[in-house]
This record gives sequence, structure tokens and C-alpha cells, in this order.
Amino acid sequence: MSTSKWDVTFLVYRKKGQGTPHYDEFTIKVNPDEYVLDAIERIWAYQDRSLVFAHACHHSTCGACGMRVNGVEKLTCITLIRDVTADGGKVKVDPLRNFPIISDLTVDMGVLYTRMDEVGHRPVLPLSEEPAEPGVKPVKIAAEGDIIRLADCIECGLCISACPIANTTSGYLGPAVLAGALQHGLDSDQHLFSLVEGENGVWRCHSAFECTEVCPSYVEPAGKIMELRKQVIWKRIFGIAK
Amino acid sequence: MSERENKPNTSNWFMWFDVRHRDIGDWAFVLHRLTALGLVLYLGMHLIVLGTLTLGPDAFNSFIDLAHNPLFIFGELLVVAAALYHGLNGLRVGLTSFGVAIPYQKQLWYVVMAIAVIGSIIFAISMFTA
Repeated sequence: MSTSKWDVTFLVYRKKGQGTPHYDEFTIKVNPDEYVLDAIERIWAYQDRSLVFAHACHHSTCGACGMRVNGVEKLTCITLIRDVTADGGKVKVDPLRNFPIISDLTVDMGVLYTRMDEVGHRPVLPLSEEPAEPGVKPVKIAAEGDIIRLADCIECGLCISACPIANTTSGYLGPAVLAGALQHGLDSDQHLFSLVEGENGVWRCHSAFECTEVCPSYVEPAGKIMELRKQVIWKRIFGIAK
Repeated sequence: MSERENKPNTSNWFMWFDVRHRDIGDWAFVLHRLTALGLVLYLGMHLIVLGTLTLGPDAFNSFIDLAHNPLFIFGELLVVAAALYHGLNGLRVGLTSFGVAIPYQKQLWYVVMAIAVIGSIIFAISMFTA
């Protein structure tokens, strides 16, 4: 852990109500081994109490602190300052794209949560039911049903922000939602099948793989979408999802 | 079921091509789009040129003379390069779209680019020395 402090200037996106968006500069002393969220909290605490941002757990489990750091989607609670700038450098902080901005760095992710519910994504599930990776069958364990785990997806919205298709078409379900649909499974739900194979479903993805690049939980949404495509075709031909 | 809008985002269309801070997959995707637009534009121009055939041999021959201009040949080279990239990257997207070699999509793109660049150089030598 470094003890020497760095002078870092944070360019923070600001927008209140119908006001004009702009960036405010805050230069603060930071330990480079602190996280970007720590710096934002300090800016709020000591320089501008009107700065609005979301956070909760501080250990990459809640998914609340997603922002764009120097243009790249990050969970700010696990993004080291030394990884995104240098002593005397700048860090640009923006809200996530493809969501309505509530204020400053906070966005309304209601549409993501609604769609996750719509496809039946479960944030907590039996250990045996979360596919380890596309194409790999879940491992059967003796105590199946008794052991539960948190789903890998923490619904942080980083993948939606990074997705170039979500950027061009608001109706696209998006990577996290389609990965959630795979978790639920297509066999038991005709409505879900229609949704997934519809115009805003798996075929809208153009394989840019940005979702997988930014996902902090290693969900690999792009791989899940491709797996879902195989299941859609299989179900179309043979009547059951593979 | 939530009501879902499905409107293209045309207010900031330039963001469709904004690859700043993005990774290889996005570069590949944007280049795929740009080459597609270029090839569609070329197809339109090609049909217009073919249309000069209806104006008689003189009109078509005068165009063929123009086609020997180095600037024109360079334009044709761009078409070849775009077609090479678009076709090869289409194979890459086709493979990964059905679950093949997903973990190697970046490496596949390097192979696509290598073949497209080498192919374009070979075509360039051939076209400019013919």
C-alpha cells in the first residue's frame, strides 16, 4: 500500500433537472491505492454536498456505483485510482449511458430491473442452476436445493451502458436481461421465448462483446446471448431448448 | 409486461461510430458497419456506371478511360479492402454468433485483419502494376 499522496483532478459530470450538462473540476489529494468511489465520496463530503451519486456496499456486490471512468464502464468501488490516472493527472467521471439521468452521476435503471423481472431472472438461486459457462451443464451436487448462491449478475447496468446496440435502440432487451433469460430457461415459458427471439431479443446483438469486456462479475453476457441463440434455434427445430 | 419503445437513437447518431475507450470487439463492429456502408455506396455507383452502357459505346469507353486514373484505382482498392474485411469479419461474427470460439474472438479479429491487410497489399501491387 502506497503512502505518498497524489494530486488528482476529477472532472465530474453535472446535470440538475433541465439544466445544461457540464463538468465540474475538483482537485484533491488521494492515496493512489484508494478507489475512485472513495474520491467521489470525499468530493461530496468536503467540496460539494450537492453532488448526487449512488453507492451502497463498497465491495462490488450491490452494483449501485456503476459509472464511466475515463469513458469506460466501471464499478467505482473496485476501481483503483492508480489504474486510471497518474500523479497530477485527471479522471473523468460520467454517469452510465443508455439510461435516463436522474441527477449528476445517478441514472434511473428502472427499465433494467423491470426487464430482469420480465425474463424471470432470480438474484438468488440453488447452486446447481446457474450455468457455469455457456455450453457447460450445471454440476449436480448432493445437497441440491439446500445450498443457494447469489447469481453472478449484480444488475449493475454496466453492460447496457457499454452496448452499442442499446445505444442505438432503446427497445433492445440488452445483455444482462438476455443473460437473465438464459438463467431462467426457455422451455417452460412461451412468453419468454417470444420475447427472446423477437425483434429486440438475441438477434439484435451485433457481437461487439463490449458487455463481456466491462462486466465486473464475469457473467460473460455475450457468451450467454450466443448460447441463447443456439437454444432458440434448437427449440424452433425440435420443440425443446437444448 | 413493460411497454417498450423501439425508436432508433438518431439524435446523437455519431455515437454509433464512437470507438473511443472501447475494446477490439467494438472496433470490429464499427468497421464492419462502415465497410458495409461503403460497399452499398459502391454498389450504387457501380449500377450508375453500368447505366452508361445504355448511352452507347462512346459514353462507356470514356468512363473506362477515366477508370485508368490512379485516383480511381485507389478507390477500387478501397472497395477490395472493404470487401475483404467485411466478408472475413462476417465469418468471424457468424462463428461466434453460434458459440464457436467465443473466448478467441479477439484473436480471430487479428487473423481477419492480417488476412485483409495482406490481401489488400497483394491487390494493390497487382492493380497499380498492371
